[in-house]
This record gives sequence, C-alpha cells and structure tokens, in this order.
Amino acid sequence: MRSLLPILTVVAAIVAIWYAAAVWLNSQWTYDQAARAGVEIGFSEVVADAWVQERPVLPAPHQVAVELYDTVIDKSVTSKRSLVYHGWITVSATLLGFVFGTVLGILLAVGIVHNRAMDMSVMPWAIASQTIPILAIAPMIIVVLNSVGVQGLVPKAIISAYLSFFPVVVGMVAGLRSPDAMQLDLMRTYNASRAETFWKLRLPASMPYLFTSLKVGIAASLVGAIVGELPTGAVAGLGARLLSGSYYGQTVQIWAALFAAAAVAAGLVGVIGFLQRVTLRRMGMQS
Amino acid sequence: MGWLIFVLLFWAGAWWLNTRLSTSSLASTRGVKLLVPAIFGVTILVVWEGLVRGLEVPSVILPAPTAIASKIGASGPVLWEDFVQTFVKGALSGYVIGCATAVLTAILIDRSSFLQRGLLPVSSFIAALPIIGTAPIMVMWFGFDWQSKAAVVVVMVFFPMLVNTVQGLASSEAMQRDLMQTYGASYWQTLFKLRLPAAMPFIFNGLKIATTLALIGAIVAEFFGSPIRGMGFRISTEVGRLGLDMVWAEITVAAIAGSAFYGIVALIEKAVTFWHPSQRVA
Repeated sequence: MRSLLPILTVVAAIVAIWYAAAVWLNSQWTYDQAARAGVEIGFSEVVADAWVQERPVLPAPHQVAVELYDTVIDKSVTSKRSLVYHGWITVSATLLGFVFGTVLGILLAVGIVHNRAMDMSVMPWAIASQTIPILAIAPMIIVVLNSVGVQGLVPKAIISAYLSFFPVVVGMVAGLRSPDAMQLDLMRTYNASRAETFWKLRLPASMPYLFTSLKVGIAASLVGAIVGELPTGAVAGLGARLLSGSYYGQTVQIWAALFAAAAVAAGLVGVIGFLQRVTLRRMGMQS
Repeated sequence: MGWLIFVLLFWAGAWWLNTRLSTSSLASTRGVKLLVPAIFGVTILVVWEGLVRGLEVPSVILPAPTAIASKIGASGPVLWEDFVQTFVKGALSGYVIGCATAVLTAILIDRSSFLQRGLLPVSSFIAALPIIGTAPIMVMWFGFDWQSKAAVVVVMVFFPMLVNTVQGLASSEAMQRDLMQTYGASYWQTLFKLRLPAAMPFIFNGLKIATTLALIGAIVAEFFGSPIRGMGFRISTEVGRLGLDMVWAEITVAAIAGSAFYGIVALIEKAVTFWHPSQRVA
C-alpha cells in the first residue's frame, strides 16, 4: 500500500491534464461559434463550454463518465444502446476463442515436448509467428466465413483463438521444459513412465509459465474480438461501438467504448491473475 | 483425386524425412536445424496448393500459394506503395518517436522514486489494455494520412517501452553503483557509463515487443480510415471485393516486413549487448 499515494497522484495528474487538454482542443469550436454569432466571450465561458460540448474533439472525463453511467447502468441490458449488451457480445467471442486457442496451444506444446521431429519442425514457426502481424488476417476470416454462411460469434472466436494460440504454445513449451536435469533424473530413478513424468513433474512445473502466457493470450484474444467486429460494418460489440462512433463523430461514445474495453481487459487479466495466485498457493509455489 | 493422393504421399514423405533428420546424429548441426523447419514450411505450402486444386476450392475462399505468388509478382508497385505508406511512414516513424519518448521519460522519472512508484503500476496497467481502440480517436485528430497511424503506434509502443526501460535502469547492482561513487562519478557519468549499458537487455526486450505492436497498430488503424493506399486499406477493400489473392499478398508482405523488422532489432541487440550471458556463444 506504500505506492497507493503515488498512484493516486499520477491518476489525479492525468485527469487534470485531460481537463486542460479538453479546454485547449475544444476551445477552437467555441471561438468559431462566438465569432459567427459576433459576440466576444471571456476565458471562463470558453472553459465552461469546452467541458459540455456535444461532439467535442476531446470529451472531458465527466462526460465520458456520464455516458458510461447512462449506457451501462441506466439502459436495460437487452437494449442495443447498452454497453453491457455490446460488451457481452465481445466478451463471449473472446472467451470462446480463448478457451479453444488455449486448449489447442497446450496440446501442441505437449506434442512438441514429446516429439523431437515436431519440435524441430513447428517450434521455429511458432516463434516466428510472434513477430508477424497476424491480426491483419482478421477481416479476411470474417468475410470468407460469412460467404460460406458462418457468421456471428464463431468467426470472431476463431480470430481470438489463433491470437491466443501462439503465446500459449511458446509459454507452455518453456514451462514443460522447465524441470531441470536433476529432477528428471530423479523421476527416472523412480522408474516413472513418460506419462507419470508428465503428470507429476512437467505439468505442475509449467503452471507459472502457463498463467503468464494466459494473461498475454487473453489480452490478445480481446483485441482480436474487437478488430473482428470492424469488417462486418458495426453491427454489435465494443468494436462496432468504436466504428459507429467514428462514422458519426460521436466522440463521447468512442471514449465510453474505449473505457469499457479497458475495463473488460483489466477484468479478464485480473481473473487470470486471481486464478494464478490461488492455483500457485494451493500448489505451494508462491506464498 | 490425383492431387489428394499426391498431398498425402508428400506429407508422409516429408514427415518421415523430418523424423529421420531430427533423430539422426546430425540433428544438432546448424544446417539440419534450418532444414527441418524449411521442409515443414514447404510441406504446408504443397499441401495447401494440393488441397486447393484437389478439392477445387474457389479462389474467393482460399487462393492457392502459386496464385498468391503470381499476384505478388504482378502487383509489385502497388505492394511497394502500400508498404511505404504503412510501414515506413506509419509504423516506423511512430516506432521511433514512441520508443525515444518512452526512454527519455523513463530517464526523467528515474530520479524520483515517488514518480516511479506512481507511474510504473499505471503504465503496466495501460500496457495490458486494448490500446488499438484509440485508433478512431487518432484518425479524427490527425486526419486520414499516416500521421494518425504514427500516433496510434506511438501510444501502443510507449507503455511497454517505458516499463522495460525503468526496470532496466534499476538493474545495475548496488555494488556497481557504489564503485561509480568511489570514482567520484557524477549522475550523468553513472547514467551513461553504467546504468544505460546495464539497461540495454531490458530496453531491447521492449524494442522487440514494440516491433510487432507497431506494425499491428499501423495496419489496424487503417481500418478506421486512410487515404487510398496502405496495407490495412488494401486488405479491407480487397476483402470487400473478394480479391483474396491480393489480401494474401499483402499479408505475405506484412509477415516478411514484421519478421525482418524484428530480425534487424535482434541483430542490433546482438551487437550492443554482446556482453550479456544470453548472447554468449556456448
């Protein structure tokens, strides 16, 4: 808790800079309006106006907060204007894809660790795939699957799955290989089979690595689901809110969607972090 | 039918070859280590080509690798123009600005432990958020051209870079700092002769993470609006026209650009941090 005060200071500073920037960026419009009406306006009026404009260049924090309150709490969750409704659409695609990507990633990692040919053939490609922008395939997957009649949740989940797949493979391979030679030798002196070594040594030892890559994976999954919502033309989901906001110049809506996405990301990573702490504590790996 | 049988045979043959190679006594030589993944890659391409021809998959669903290759050959100028727009103008300028600002900010906040304790948790929190969502805002502020893409890239690379640099600056040992003090070194001398060099492995880790983020940011930001060139623009419009061979051509260029970018940064890292244990040749 020693760092609580510094964090609060930094957050307060960010909010203050934000308000100042809102005045600076939005004042142009106020001045233009005043010049058109032929009236002189003072600085205090400019400030007051900059924080309440309907389509500001940069909405003030309280405008975003009001929009968030309106669309999260005031609207019923089935309404198409509710951010909970849009957020849930994005989250469900994220989670579905994340689970598939993780399971496939773990299976491939197990194969890589136990099969030398697979290791040498696949592993360099799995590592190289981390350096290329695979997110660029997202629009194609959406449109191609749409043309064969698959739409809605599944295409977005596929994008989420392949984005979380590669980090999990790389992290899990490192984790399954983390037991050192001494421990593997001990298993051999126990005459343990390969399966026993896997279940009793390799898998437990890989858990810290797995959770670290799960955190990376779920953040990537969410980005994948959001980007996957762009090419369908703003139907539903947080990505659609971003896109329709940018079509119609609804800056407050964009910022609200952005904060909702940030909250979802923080929530998902937080859940994984919680599971990590609980699991590792039960396994006696971390106090 | 012929194609399918060929695909199966080729797959089995390549797999047999790779199994033999990877269990042979030559398995740990450099050549074989490159050969095995290369064989695997070629196999994937052959299987892809064979399946597309054998099952007569329409090119609006999945074009064959040969079709993509000929498209790349035929539309070189367009691909080059897109590459310059997205990579050189958008990604690269944003990458340089973002990373430089982050390193400078890290050096500035490094002197105050109060700022560090405040900024570091906030930055690592922001680094985990879907920052790509700021793209529509940046497009509104900076217009459709490459400036808005560079701005998205700046925001995306800044926070991972800041976190890594701050960690790096803290990585020199107390003993080493004491030694600098006994030399009577000033703050700046300690910074340039000890702490920055010691931070290099961390800084390069951040730089490598940022290469991928930069390219993703520049491409995805173009989905929100761009002039009539750029890789992201081409991908989204050609998808709409079902010109999938062009989409795959752009993706190939993006993949090559991404790994080359990463490779260059990794090479520079090798030259700068030659002293680090991870770079030593066994």
